[in-house]
Amino acid sequence: MSENVLHLENVTMQFGGVVAVNDVSMDVNEGEIVALIGPNGAGKTTVFNVITGVYAPTNGRVSLRGRVIAEDHPRGKMRKMYAAGHLGEYPRSVNNTPDRITRLNMARTFQNIRLFKSMTVFDNVLVAKHMHLKANFFSTALHLNAREERRMREETMELLRIVGLENECDEIATSLPYGQQRRLEIARALSTNPSMLLLDEPAAGMNPQETEDLSAFIREIKDRFGLTVLLIEHDMNLVMDISDRIYVLNFGALIAEGTPAEIQSNPDVITAYLGVAEE
Amino acid sequence: MTNGKPAVRVKKLDRATLLTIIVIALVYVLAFVLEQVMPSTSMLFTVLKKGATYALVAVSMNLLNGFTGLFSLGQAGFMLIGAYTYAIFTIPVAQRLSVYQYYDGGLIQFSLPVLVAVALAGVFAALFAFLIGLPVLRLKSDYLAIATLGFAEIIRAIFQWDKIGLLTNGSNLLRLFPTFNDFNIRNAQGEVVLHLSTLVPFLITGVCVAFIVLLINSSFGRAFKAIRDDETAAEAMGINLARHKMLAFCTSSFFAGVGGAMLAMYANSVQAKSFTTAMTYEILLMVVIGGIGSITGSVMSSFLFVACSEWWLRFLDQEQVWNGWKVPLLRNGFRLVVFSVIIMAVVLFFRKGIMGTQELPDLFRKRRKLNGKEGGRS
Ligand SMILES: Nc1ncnc2c1ncn2[C@@H]1O[C@H](COP(=O)(O)OP(=O)(O)OP(=O)(O)O)[C@@H](O)[C@H]1O
Ligand SMILES: [Mg+2]
Repeated sequence: MSENVLHLENVTMQFGGVVAVNDVSMDVNEGEIVALIGPNGAGKTTVFNVITGVYAPTNGRVSLRGRVIAEDHPRGKMRKMYAAGHLGEYPRSVNNTPDRITRLNMARTFQNIRLFKSMTVFDNVLVAKHMHLKANFFSTALHLNAREERRMREETMELLRIVGLENECDEIATSLPYGQQRRLEIARALSTNPSMLLLDEPAAGMNPQETEDLSAFIREIKDRFGLTVLLIEHDMNLVMDISDRIYVLNFGALIAEGTPAEIQSNPDVITAYLGVAEE
Repeated sequence: MTNGKPAVRVKKLDRATLLTIIVIALVYVLAFVLEQVMPSTSMLFTVLKKGATYALVAVSMNLLNGFTGLFSLGQAGFMLIGAYTYAIFTIPVAQRLSVYQYYDGGLIQFSLPVLVAVALAGVFAALFAFLIGLPVLRLKSDYLAIATLGFAEIIRAIFQWDKIGLLTNGSNLLRLFPTFNDFNIRNAQGEVVLHLSTLVPFLITGVCVAFIVLLINSSFGRAFKAIRDDETAAEAMGINLARHKMLAFCTSSFFAGVGGAMLAMYANSVQAKSFTTAMTYEILLMVVIGGIGSITGSVMSSFLFVACSEWWLRFLDQEQVWNGWKVPLLRNGFRLVVFSVIIMAVVLFFRKGIMGTQELPDLFRKRRKLNGKEGGRS
């Protein structure tokens, strides 16, 4: 059994009375591609936001390679409103801002593309290297770290070549076609040197050909960079094609977990998906 | 039109950048020569000195508002701190008794070299920015505008408070400190042999703006722009928001403080009540007119703004009679009316300002492209 990378324990995220994520426990192991699926509004993006420190969980714990990166329990008004279980099991309060999580080698992309819109393709990827900067503020501002800057630029160009965007490097990021913008977002996330990558609906808005390319692309970067991948996706062809394991979320709660074959034949999953319109 | 790997190179001096440097150097030479040959009472030099001062302050505001996406309205407050720091530390010891006449010569009984005091002016302004930033920069950016506006108002009142008059001279003027004119080199008879009173402010602004330009084009500058474009994404890319906002805010305030020191040198005296919110709005206007996100624009619009308000539109304030016909409307105050109309027109019809987000080198690049002779890359 390979080493555990990401571990969620009884994670609940409640917004007022809305329980967006309800007592979710899951594991992602080294080198796996794991998918998180579920109907619209099931709470998938919210799970990502809890993992990456955008929200502190209402209750529960998240660990990355054995290190607790988020832990909390309901307090104040939320204590009375709290609607899920495992109260009192998570007494500590551990918070990390998203930038610190990224520095722990876990990077993400966004469901609604969030590129730096005034910047070029090249600069979008280059700026993600900023967090590794060694030189201090003054020597950077005075351009005394020329060697470091050159290395950052070389690595950026290399990465753009790998993802096939080297010819677009001087274009403004948001002028790219949709499919390439998604690729660029992945490149930007890779630029932070992650070992764990979270992809939120990477195939959204892509045509069937692009989606097929994407599936090969995810495999390729996974092997090349030694990544562990957790992805949210609605495109079932893609999910069944590349996932080692799948978690299914419905109304905030996990309803199934298993290999693609197991999930495809799971009656609960079929009901959940047929209950809403099939995409 | 890229082929291969152009962007990977650390930007070398391309032709457009070289041209820019030459143009700027020529401007400096011109300013120096004009000052030697023209009468020093010419309005031109008033405009150039004040323009250089405001150019620095406008650029510092642009660094924050235009490049980091933080909206601060504290510029006048930070300038006030800079101006007072400079004045307090440079008044010659022999003059202190006459300046601080109600406070027995004041608390401080030494004076620092001019450039040290200018740097200190920036440091104190940055220090205040740090203290305001600690609580405020964690909040949404709207709060920064309100907090800095409040800070500027409060600091103006505090500096006039007579309980701290030993330091600030209460509501009285600070004066007799070295001004731009003291940079002129005189002979034994006291005649000016070399005029430097315009070149020195140009140099101070030049060095400071050069630093800001370098900063914007460095890794930190890219991080600032990332925060401006999308905070959430910037944070997800490992950029510590609080730290980088603080850096931008303190750097911007540092240069506003230096600008305040320059304003003191320009005006020959300092009084807290002149650092009004209207001053901040004037600077904001310069930034908007020049183009939010363009350093070149801020510099150009500062000089234009000062030239219009101090010089070119002066005639509108004087009654004039042509061939026995009294020109209507020309009377005291009309200048401000015309000025406001011009500004409104600019803001309404040139939304992006004079330069948009372009810089001087971009203009040269565009020209070359239009000529169709582009050999290298842009
Ligand atoms: N910040 C918030 N405040 C209040 N409610 C929220 C917030 N974020 C998410 N929700 C709610 O949580 C629920 C889950 O939303 P989420 O975006 O996680 O769904 P999803 O599974 O990603 O859906 P989709 O497939 O449409 O992206 C929704 O009902 C949503 O309205
Ligand atoms: Mg979602």
